[in-house]
Amino acid sequence: MKGEAQVDITRLIAGALAIVTFSIVALVIMPYFLTRTTETPIKPAAYTDAQLKGRQVYIANGCIYCHSQQPRDPSIAPDQQRGWGRPSVPADYVHDQPHLLGTMRTGPDLFNIAVRQPSRDWHLGHLYQPRAYLTQSIMPAYPFLFEARSGAAQPGEVVVTLPPGAAPAGVRIVATPEAIALVDYLLSLDHSYPVRATQTSGGAP
Amino acid sequence: MSFTVGLLVVTFLASLGGLGLFIWSMSSGLFGPESAASRVIFGVKEIGLAEEPAAEGVSQQNELQATMNRTGHTGEFSVLTEEEADERLRQDASGKWPVLLCVGFAVAWLVAASVFGLMASIKLHMPDWLADEAWLTFGRIRPAHLNAVAYGWCSLAAFAVALWLMPRLLRTPLVGSRTAAIGATLWGLGVTAGIIAILTGHSTGLEWLEFPWQCDVPMVIGGTLMGVALLRTLRNRKVEHLYVSVWYIAAGLLWLPILITVANWPGVHFGVQQAAMNWWYGHNVLGLWFTPIGLAAIYYFIPKVLGKPIHSYNLSLVGFWTLAFFYSQVGGHHLIGGPVPGWIISLSIVQSMMMIVPVMAVAVNQHRTSWGHLGALRYSPTLRFVVTGGMMYTLASVQGSIESLRIVNTVTHFTHYTVAHAHLGLYGFFSMVMFGSIYFLLPRVLDWEWPSPSLISAHFWLVIGGFAIYFLGLSLGGWLQGLAMLDAARPFIDSVVITKPYLLLRTLGGTMMTLGHLAFALHVAMMLGRRGAERRGPTLLRRRSYTPSAASVAIGGSRA
Repeated sequence: MKGEAQVDITRLIAGALAIVTFSIVALVIMPYFLTRTTETPIKPAAYTDAQLKGRQVYIANGCIYCHSQQPRDPSIAPDQQRGWGRPSVPADYVHDQPHLLGTMRTGPDLFNIAVRQPSRDWHLGHLYQPRAYLTQSIMPAYPFLFEARSGAAQPGEVVVTLPPGAAPAGVRIVATPEAIALVDYLLSLDHSYPVRATQTSGGAP
Repeated sequence: MSFTVGLLVVTFLASLGGLGLFIWSMSSGLFGPESAASRVIFGVKEIGLAEEPAAEGVSQQNELQATMNRTGHTGEFSVLTEEEADERLRQDASGKWPVLLCVGFAVAWLVAASVFGLMASIKLHMPDWLADEAWLTFGRIRPAHLNAVAYGWCSLAAFAVALWLMPRLLRTPLVGSRTAAIGATLWGLGVTAGIIAILTGHSTGLEWLEFPWQCDVPMVIGGTLMGVALLRTLRNRKVEHLYVSVWYIAAGLLWLPILITVANWPGVHFGVQQAAMNWWYGHNVLGLWFTPIGLAAIYYFIPKVLGKPIHSYNLSLVGFWTLAFFYSQVGGHHLIGGPVPGWIISLSIVQSMMMIVPVMAVAVNQHRTSWGHLGALRYSPTLRFVVTGGMMYTLASVQGSIESLRIVNTVTHFTHYTVAHAHLGLYGFFSMVMFGSIYFLLPRVLDWEWPSPSLISAHFWLVIGGFAIYFLGLSLGGWLQGLAMLDAARPFIDSVVITKPYLLLRTLGGTMMTLGHLAFALHVAMMLGRRGAERRGPTLLRRRSYTPSAASVAIGGSRA
């Protein structure tokens, strides 16, 4: 009678492996071939070293848990009307490793934040204290990306211009290299270039 | 376009055909209201005998038995013979050290994860709270919470249940208890290293896969060691039939390493394909790891506590294969509206809807088994948690299927509604089932009764109440957030402001859940330290420390 259980085990292993293989083919391997563009498009340009460093700061501090990078089609949602940009296509992401598409919009989509907000000063100040710019914002402040200094100015330091009252009196707020790199990355997020018709995603059947 | 439609049709037909083939091969010779396989978890004359080690002493055990006698089970014999009890003692004790290690680590991670989660929740309505330290920022605490829950608490609890249940299901002591204990330790160390990596800013940036690969290695080795011990136990089985829980556990153990390996394969995944892979993994770790273990526990504990075989064994196998088939392809519904090929999303939506088949199979089976005996929930802490968890499984799955429809998804995508749904699955269903399972198995493993029934009650009502507030509040808040986001006439900040009261509700619910977990952790610590008055009543299989020859067997409430 142990034979019956043996047949069950064989079925179990064979079936379980067949099923998981099928799902790998459908959701991992086929996308691998179907979304891999053979020639690298002219745009987007590859990230510079500074931008890549900023991308690491974006990852390390979990920006992805509140911000997506995937504007949706106007037929689905008014993303474009909000100034978040045209619907994204696979070719927009060729340089992205890891991908940062995101799943939450506790904050707005950032795929074209550089178009909406091109000011380096604004970004630095907003990272230091978001509520100095928008009182209702629930974005965390990132004081650990900045240093409060007093005394003589040091060569090369980037002093953040802040709205009145946002920083303690008597000190100047200086951006760390991480903050500068992060803003470099944010300012690279410009995907407003046009898409060739062949590049558009399959669309909804 | 015609290519994608053709592909979709072929995939769909292939999935239906494959499913039909499986059901046919499984069902040959298995039809009938009850099959021998459903009785394999009972002793020869045991059906009708309630078993509940977490009952509060003799009186509650007797009440439970009386409830079952009243509500009419088959009640054929209701006797566990001394030899059977003796064997079961040996099976229950065989995995003592790996099981205790897994439970200990799991509960420690549950507490840590609750604290992380609560902090993240508070930070969403008090964004300047604890903002000065990088490691306490929201974007690090939140993934620390998710990973501590998924790989610390849930996975280790799953391993504990698998290691303890398999010897019982296969009627043979665990083979390689030391191997499994080493495996549990490695897994625990890997998780610890991974959480530290996230908090110090070394996350990979992929949701559900945040641990750097250096931390995955000890986890994969540890998981494999525990899997090897269980597979060796499987080879050593003394049963004629494999109970459905064995199917679920064995398949889960087979799937987990494949998922982790494919997802972490270096240098292959990038861009949009990586996003597709990311959600293939993210959903499969739920569907092909947590869900099978949770269902295995449900399929064991409900019949075992009630002393009544499951309603339809055959239906449980149909549920198994359909779950595996459909669930493994639903991941793409996380990318609806995103820049991925339309057919991936359509495939995932179709399979998400098909998930109603296995869910109904489980729901019908579970409810037909426990229906009419709901009075037993009063006397059995295990049942209270496991039956609640089972109901949440049905709810979470049906909600998930509906949520994948484009019309619903358009509103809920990118909102807190999804977060609430995720908690209904991993908390309402899985964690509740694990709580119930630990209440059942720990007295057996430690040969000690739970010292404080009131702590069990406090745990249950705090987490139920807290979770109800959490889930209802966040679902409503998320829905309103989604509607505000879809309304182009309203500025984006409206969708933030509208959620604030609901984020406060989440903190309230989360606080209650955390308090419940602290009660649970305290109770487990008391168990491990053998605190409390010595109450070794008939809810334990024996009165004295186990000595194989002189095991004295006592069965409460038995009519024998």
